[in-house]
This record gives sequence, structure tokens and C-alpha cells, in this order.
Amino acid sequence: MSESLFTQLLDLACGAFLLAAVVVLWRRELAAIVRLFALQGLALAAIALLLGLHEDRWDLIVVAAGIGALRAGLLPYLIRRALATLVTDRAQGQDQAAYTHSEEVRETQPLVNVAASLLTAAALTLLAYAVARPLVELDPTPATRALPVGLAVVLIGFFVLVTRRRALAQVVGFLLLDNGITATAFLAASGVPLIVELGVSFDVLLAVLVLQLLTVRVREAFGTTDIDDLRELHD
Amino acid sequence: MNTVGYTAIVLQVGAVVAGAPLLTGLMRQTRARLEGRAGAGVLQPWRDVRKLLRKEPITPVGTGPAFRWAPPLLVATSLVLAVLVPLISTDTPVRGRADLIVVVSLLALGTLALALAGLDTGTAFGGMGASREMTIAALVEPTILMAVFALSIPAGSTNLPVIVAGAADQPARLTSPAGLLAIAALAVAVLAESGRLPVDNPATHLELTMVHEAMTLEYAGPDLALVEFGAHLRLTVLLGLLASLFAPWGIATGASLAAVLLALLLAVLKVAVLGMALAAAEVFWAKLRLFRVPELLAGSFLLALLAVTASYFLGGEGGQR
Repeated sequence: MSESLFTQLLDLACGAFLLAAVVVLWRRELAAIVRLFALQGLALAAIALLLGLHEDRWDLIVVAAGIGALRAGLLPYLIRRALATLVTDRAQGQDQAAYTHSEEVRETQPLVNVAASLLTAAALTLLAYAVARPLVELDPTPATRALPVGLAVVLIGFFVLVTRRRALAQVVGFLLLDNGITATAFLAASGVPLIVELGVSFDVLLAVLVLQLLTVRVREAFGTTDIDDLRELHD
Repeated sequence: MNTVGYTAIVLQVGAVVAGAPLLTGLMRQTRARLEGRAGAGVLQPWRDVRKLLRKEPITPVGTGPAFRWAPPLLVATSLVLAVLVPLISTDTPVRGRADLIVVVSLLALGTLALALAGLDTGTAFGGMGASREMTIAALVEPTILMAVFALSIPAGSTNLPVIVAGAADQPARLTSPAGLLAIAALAVAVLAESGRLPVDNPATHLELTMVHEAMTLEYAGPDLALVEFGAHLRLTVLLGLLASLFAPWGIATGASLAAVLLALLLAVLKVAVLGMALAAAEVFWAKLRLFRVPELLAGSFLLALLAVTASYFLGGEGGQR
């Protein structure tokens, strides 16, 4: 693969990666947020694949395939299943499918409104660029020049995590954060050793499984997944 | 030196002036056909303008100069834009003055004149429309600036003809992430600036939803003709700007008459296709709630900002070619 084509494709993958994170802030429907997260997983796999092809490292290509399967396939599937459980439980229990449809599957009232969160995302992106500048100057290659994209996604993931109310939106925020960390590792150092990568992937998978169960239990116990309502301790 | 350059300008202004109402007519006709109506014909906006120009000029009691001067000012700024924006040739005698910031400020001047006229009438609708228009404009102008800045970084200049000529030379600039983001951002900004559907419905006179129509509610006769003509001109110039920034193929960069004529034909074709595509898309869109509009515009501003950062940082030295 020629150098300029590699740069173009890498830039494109990084652009899609960042854009997916930003559009997560824009959309309200949880289903759309999960779709975007899957799209971001694909972009992340593409970044790893491009780096692997560019440096002729087979282990990176295998890792890329694994990341694609996990982050674009399995994790979105698990979250979607949790979402489906939430909706059908409510529909059977109280026969108010229309009502729950608007309440449980939408991020109706984030703590920061959508326009302000988009502008915050702009500020966070600029912050990431400013912070990453000395790192980029150490070794300006096409991959390290895209390093701020990874950092920006980490910051946006944090932002989603703290400003969304629905438990599942927060899970997606957590996963965005993790995607960002993985992307930063790939762009800065062409990935971590295979064993660490495997460990992190299983960690994320387990975390999502646990959070999925927790969400369903929270929903059963309190009748909502609005985390803001869980402020007081009960016996 | 430059008879071809002057010819290009004359042709461009002639085409914009003659074509602007036709473009609006074409868009209305496309929409009517897609909705299963017969439609009034492509020439209807020209007929409307002619009918209105023959009527007696009337101004409401108590209105001042802001109300009387707004229509000529709107048309004048739009005509200057039609001269400046490189639609068919980048090698014209005015190319040194066709700076991005001048173009955006002329657009803002036209918007401001109409908003002042809306306030000047002192009616509830005029004030409401003016306030909404200013809310939208405050978000749209930075977006247009940012989106074109993203393209001006690889060109190294904010001069529009230089940007367009550079993009015509190196089409790869447009397919980069920065270029794609800038296209998306600028398309949304153009929709908002020209008062098209997701932001404002140009066909409605329903009190609660109108923005542009609310400001011009008190106009009648020749003044109304000028206001409508100015709106047509702005739409045409904005679509033309979008076409030459993102599809600059065939635009004349040298001093050859044949190239200018070909570019004229292509520009008319490009704008007509863009207009028809927009009209076709509008059939499927609903107007956004007014309180959702800032979200859309903040999103497009963010896209434009990302385009600038991507163009500046990812491009690095590669961008400074």
C-alpha cells in the first residue's frame, strides 16, 4: 500500500471514529446510539487493520478482526438485547407499549441539553488537540498525527458518561471511553501486546455483561433506568 | 487585458438575475409534481414579480427608513454577491475582492436589513420573525465561515476564486475527511441561510412557524417584489457557491471564451440539479420544531469545526502543499 493512500485511509477511518462519537451526543434514541457505537467499532477495527497492513504485522490484523467482532458485533448485540428486555418487560407488565417506547428507549432529558453538549464536544476536541500537540511533535507520522482523535473520543466518552441519565446510554459512554483508549494505544504505539489486548477485551465484555444484568435488575426494582432517581439509600 | 473576464462577469450576473426566479419556479414545480399536483409552471415567480411591480407602492403608517430601505439593500447586496462569487470563472477582474469574509458579511448585511425592517413595522409577527431570524443567523454565519476555512487551509488563502481554482486542480482535497465534513456543514448552513425546509418553510404563512415570511408580512407591491426577488437571488447565489466549492469541475480558470461559455452551461446545470435535488428532498422532510433548530445548527457548526481541526492537524505538512 502506498504511503499517501495509507495516510488518506487512516485519516478517513479516524474521521469516522471521531464523527461517530460526536453523533452519539446528537441522537436521542438509544437504538440509534447503539448503531453508532457499532459503526465506531468498525472504524476502530479499520484503524488497526490499516496499521497492521502498513507495518506487515499479522498479529495486528488478527487483533483488528477480534476488535471488529467484539465491538461492532457482540457488544452492540448485548446492549440491544438489554434494550429489548426493557421494552418488552414493561409492555407485558402494564400494557403501555406506546408510553414506554417514548420513555425507556430515549434519552429524553440529558443533564446538559443537546446543543450545549455538541458545543462542549467541540471544546473537548480542541482541548485534545492542544494536549496532544507535544506528543505528536515527538514523532510526527500519519498515525501519531491522528493521536488527538483518540484523546478526543476519550473525553467525549467521559462527557457522555457524566451527562446522560439512562443506564444504557451511560454504558455506551463507558464503551466510547474504552474505544478511545484502544485507539490511542493503536495510534501512539501500534497497539499493546496481544495478551494485554485480549485481557482488556474480556474485561470490557464482562463489564458489559454485568452492566446489562444490573440495568435489568435496576429496572425491575425501581421501574426506571433513570440513574438520577437513584439518590437515596434504602433498606 | 481581460475582456473575457468582464464577459464572464456580465454572463454570470445575467444568468443569476434571469435564472434566480426560474430556479425557484423549477423547485416549486419539482415539488408540486412529486406531490401529485400540476404546479404553476416554472415561469410563475417571474409572473409574480411582474404583477407586483405594476402595483401601487404602499407603506404602513408609522414605518421609517429601515422599512423602506431594506428591499433595495437586500437586492443590492445579493447582486454584489452575484458579481463576487466565482460561479463560472475564477479569473475575473474582481477576483482580488472576492474574499470569504466579504461574502459572508454581505450575506449578513442582507439578513440584518430584513430583520430591521421586520422590527420597524412594530407588529408582533415582524418582531417575532426578526428575533428568530437573528437567532438562526447568529449560528449560521460562523458555520459558513468555519466550513469554508476548512477548505481555505489547504489553499492557503481565504480568497474564494483561489480556493475554487485549487480544488479544481486537486480534487483529492474534497474527498479528505475535512472536505466531506465541510460539505455537510455548509449544506446545512445554506439550507438555514436561504430559509429552506428543515429550518423554515418557504411555502407557509402559518403564524407560529414562519420565520422569513413573518418579517416580510407588511410588504406590498413593488417592495414585496424586490424582497421576493432578493430571496430568489440569495438562494441561487448560495446554491451556486455550494456547487463551485464542492463540485468545481468545468469552472473556467483561464482566459478563454469557449471555457467560460462551457462553464456557464455547466454552472446552470449544476445549480438546477442541486435545486431539484433539494426540492425532492424537501418532499420527505418535515420542518423542525423551532427549539430543535439550534441543535441542528450547533451540530453543523461542530462539523465545520471538526473539519477545520482535521484539515489543520491531520493535514499537517501535507496540507500546506
